[in-house]
Amino acid sequence: MSNQDALQGYSGEIRALLEEAGVEVGDEVEIRAGDEVYRGILMSRYELADPGYIVIKLPNGYNIGISASRVTSIRRVAPAAKPRFTQPPRPPQKPGLPKVVIVSTGGTIASRIDYRTGGVRAALTAEDLLSIVPELAELADLDARILFSIYSEDMTPDHWNMMAAEADKLIRGGAEGVVIAHGTDTMGYSAAALSFALQKPPVPVVFVGAQRSSDRPSSDAATNLIAAVRVAGHAPFAEICVSMHAWHSDTVIAIHRGTRVRKLHTSSRDAFKSVNSEPIAYVSGGEIKINVRNLNPRGSGDYRFEPGFSKDAALIKFYPGMPPEILEAIHNLGIRGIILEGTGLGHVANKLIPTIRRLVDEGVFIGMTSQCIFGRINMRVYDTGRYLLKAGVMPLDDMLPETAYVKLSWCLARARDLEEVKRLMLTPIAGELGERSMPAIREAAVA
Amino acid sequence: MKIDYREIGLKVGLEIHRQLDTRHKLFCDCPTTPREGGREIVFIRWLREAQSELGEVDPAALFESRKRRMIVYHADTENTCLVELDEEPPHDLNREAVEIALTAALMMNARPVDEIHVMRKIVIDGSNTTGFQRTCVIALGGEIEVDGKKIPIQTITLEEDAARIIEQKPHEVHYDLSRLGIPLIEVSTAPVINSPEEAYNVAYAIGRILRATRRVKRGIGTVRQDLNISITGGALVEIKGVQELELLPKVVELEVIRQLHLLKIRDELRSRGVSEDDLKREPIKDVTSIFVKTSSKILRRRIEGGGVVLALRLKGFGGLLGLEAAPGIRLGAELAGRARAWSEVEGIFHTDELPGYGISGEEVMRLREEVGAGDLDAVVIVAAERERAEDALERVRERAIEALYGVPPETRGARPDGTTIYLRPRPGAARMYPETDIPPLPLPREYVEEIKRRLPPSLDEVAEWISRRYGVSKQIADELIDSEKVEIFERVVGETGIQPSIAASILVEHMKSLRREGYEVEKIREEDLLEFFRRVVRGELAKEAAPEIIKWLAQNPDKSLDDAVNALGLKAVSLEEVKARIAELMEANRDLVRSNPGKAISVIMGELMKTYRGRFDGGKLYQLVSQAVYGQVRD
Repeated sequence: MSNQDALQGYSGEIRALLEEAGVEVGDEVEIRAGDEVYRGILMSRYELADPGYIVIKLPNGYNIGISASRVTSIRRVAPAAKPRFTQPPRPPQKPGLPKVVIVSTGGTIASRIDYRTGGVRAALTAEDLLSIVPELAELADLDARILFSIYSEDMTPDHWNMMAAEADKLIRGGAEGVVIAHGTDTMGYSAAALSFALQKPPVPVVFVGAQRSSDRPSSDAATNLIAAVRVAGHAPFAEICVSMHAWHSDTVIAIHRGTRVRKLHTSSRDAFKSVNSEPIAYVSGGEIKINVRNLNPRGSGDYRFEPGFSKDAALIKFYPGMPPEILEAIHNLGIRGIILEGTGLGHVANKLIPTIRRLVDEGVFIGMTSQCIFGRINMRVYDTGRYLLKAGVMPLDDMLPETAYVKLSWCLARARDLEEVKRLMLTPIAGELGERSMPAIREAAVA
Repeated sequence: MKIDYREIGLKVGLEIHRQLDTRHKLFCDCPTTPREGGREIVFIRWLREAQSELGEVDPAALFESRKRRMIVYHADTENTCLVELDEEPPHDLNREAVEIALTAALMMNARPVDEIHVMRKIVIDGSNTTGFQRTCVIALGGEIEVDGKKIPIQTITLEEDAARIIEQKPHEVHYDLSRLGIPLIEVSTAPVINSPEEAYNVAYAIGRILRATRRVKRGIGTVRQDLNISITGGALVEIKGVQELELLPKVVELEVIRQLHLLKIRDELRSRGVSEDDLKREPIKDVTSIFVKTSSKILRRRIEGGGVVLALRLKGFGGLLGLEAAPGIRLGAELAGRARAWSEVEGIFHTDELPGYGISGEEVMRLREEVGAGDLDAVVIVAAERERAEDALERVRERAIEALYGVPPETRGARPDGTTIYLRPRPGAARMYPETDIPPLPLPREYVEEIKRRLPPSLDEVAEWISRRYGVSKQIADELIDSEKVEIFERVVGETGIQPSIAASILVEHMKSLRREGYEVEKIREEDLLEFFRRVVRGELAKEAAPEIIKWLAQNPDKSLDDAVNALGLKAVSLEEVKARIAELMEANRDLVRSNPGKAISVIMGELMKTYRGRFDGGKLYQLVSQAVYGQVRD
């Protein structure tokens, strides 16, 4: 952030005008436009906004845009005051608490604002997090590190490997819980990836994010994080899981199994839901309430570190009218395995079947999941399903499409041949497969 | 008390807030009418301010964060969506609201900004689910003329209305979300107002301009006036939430009296030689034992509940706490207000008001003895759990120290009687940052010019037009406008065809006099009024029934016109029934009819009105009776 453009967002004539006046973003300026005189702090401009305006922050705190076409003069009144991000002292550490490490990967779990300049800065160090969310000092002996800083939509299987390696290092280094702060868009994929890479870990690895930005007082970030640190440091189970709001209230945080969780809402706090299973626990009123049986216990001695993800897997959603050539084209990219998100019980158009058969014959793994999201694949009910089975498509039971894709990526990185991929794909490894299908528990809303 | 407001350097600035009557809210598609009856959702939140990063602590933010309360929101799906729940980013800025605000701005000769930037203004008391209020400047630098004086309009902003508090407990506050997000225009004047009357006149003038847009909401809760008041040697005090225009002069006057009173007390304290150091050093003492057998219920209940009674001596304050400059304006009330707001205590007393409240003279003596209070000293006691009681007395100490320096700058809330109560410290510089979820909105010059060409007529012009069109006097037309009844008047006349003068007299005169009698006529639904006039026109109700019906509806705001008609026994009566009853009365007064027809008419009318008042039109009744009487006389 240090070598930031001094006139961020300004281009063309306006930029020339500002340069000529020798002003930079953050400077106090006086701008004459027609008969008016505006005084304020020059603000940066959004890159995508109409370039014809200069933005200043008035002394009363409001920003306004001044049309460049009216500007007759710009004068620098005072140089920029640098955003001040003073950090309060770290709250006293309670002794005897478990050591928990927070790894940030790009999701902003906490931030600071300088209201004078409008600057927002992510809080990433342990000291910063503790000063903003002081409750954490009561829960754990906290450490924090930055692994990388990217948008979650930019994550790749390489990033899963890096996260897995970092978590493994921390676990071996004595961490009693690991929290991974992650952008929410692909958090489900990463949680699934680490579920396969860190099998039966001795301590919990908890993913956490925020649906509502951390620069707002109402952000869900802090409550999600407090629950995540509580689970990481104190849960009797050691699972790869996701800690997010259960509903609109701040009172209950759901802990989802990493292979069973999916983002099901674009913006709401309760976007993350367990699919075809229940959350493994809830955190509420400062307590962890376990919700399912047969969890991997903390301190289990069966830990296996199995890293490695291949980039040769693909996840394809079938849609009506999809031409078979799409599958061909994907194969030509060097893809060795495809997860199909089919319709209903696991179907695609019959027109695609010859192509699918040919790909399978050439050694491509093709697995079937459902775009229904909820429910289990069954390809024996209808003819199309039976033909697809005959063509060599592997039904993936009740696995989430995204989890199936991550698992395929993991299998392709270690299996010697197609047969082994098939065997591994159908072997339950991290709770991703073969749950009993349960009826809906909540009563349907009555109109 | 006669005050020379120029002499004391009174300066008042106004902030007038008014809801806009748009089809939907400022940042989502929810309706702005209080529709109810959807699914109720109750959810709980906590707010934490991201940070206060100026290296300094904002006093108002500290106040709220200290009181960090559980916030319980009640949402009705009829008028609330995920945007109000802060579960979805705001939609684009409502263009209809922008247009109304621009119209008002141009009518006040303000200059619209070239590009609107929506900001987030931090508010963490829970009244906004996000923890901030979205607000934007629409125009700057306007001016209006009031009684020949130019009043500068500093800013005109558009913002979202806050949620409505429905319940408060010590650690919990409940809000209803239906109001959250309704567009509000805020007009801020420069602090150039110099008298209570002028405050009224300026607010009235701004109100007339806003109403002239014909697109602002009317009725209770749609207007809110905030004031900044200062006098020479006093302090800038912000008073929030004056709902009634008529109350403004009183609020200003009482605030001036309050500030003058505090200055007088400051001088007295100084002459008594009271020092800040003494106050700071004064210990808080536990005096619970004195009150174990007290007959004060408040104290006993607290003690029995495990609480304590703590005392703080205020050296040199004797007699000054109870000194009253106007009803409710006492230093004692200031100390208690501060302690209540910060520490949420209730049992707080000072020696100037004791003995009393069940506390005996002997207890007061022992109290004074215990803390070593002399005749010129006062003692404040608080009964609560120890920690809260201590906290409350620290606030009392803080406020007492401020009394040595005169008037503390603070934010106060207006009460319906015009007095004010301490709310919180005045905030530091507004904590605002850009609302990055909403792109800036340019206001091209052509668009502004187009609005300028279509500016609505002023209310004076409207009054003239109403007067001409409906054949009512200019005075009635003005009253219709000022009482915010002109819109319903036009609807009533247009939709029912009733004689305009009848509608005007009921809507203006009847309503006004009933309001003066204390009936809350504002609570009556317009639909019920409309239906009343409809029935009058159809002959199902008599216009004379208006006062009874209006009273009843004002007292039963949840009930309908049908309920009123039933409750008041105003069931319509048929012409046949009336005629039959007239025949009966004619028979009974046969002699009188013959001997003195004039008298007979009034006797019969008197009888008839007993049963038919409000149920049958009086004029028509009179006509029927005179026809019958004179018909018979002629026979």
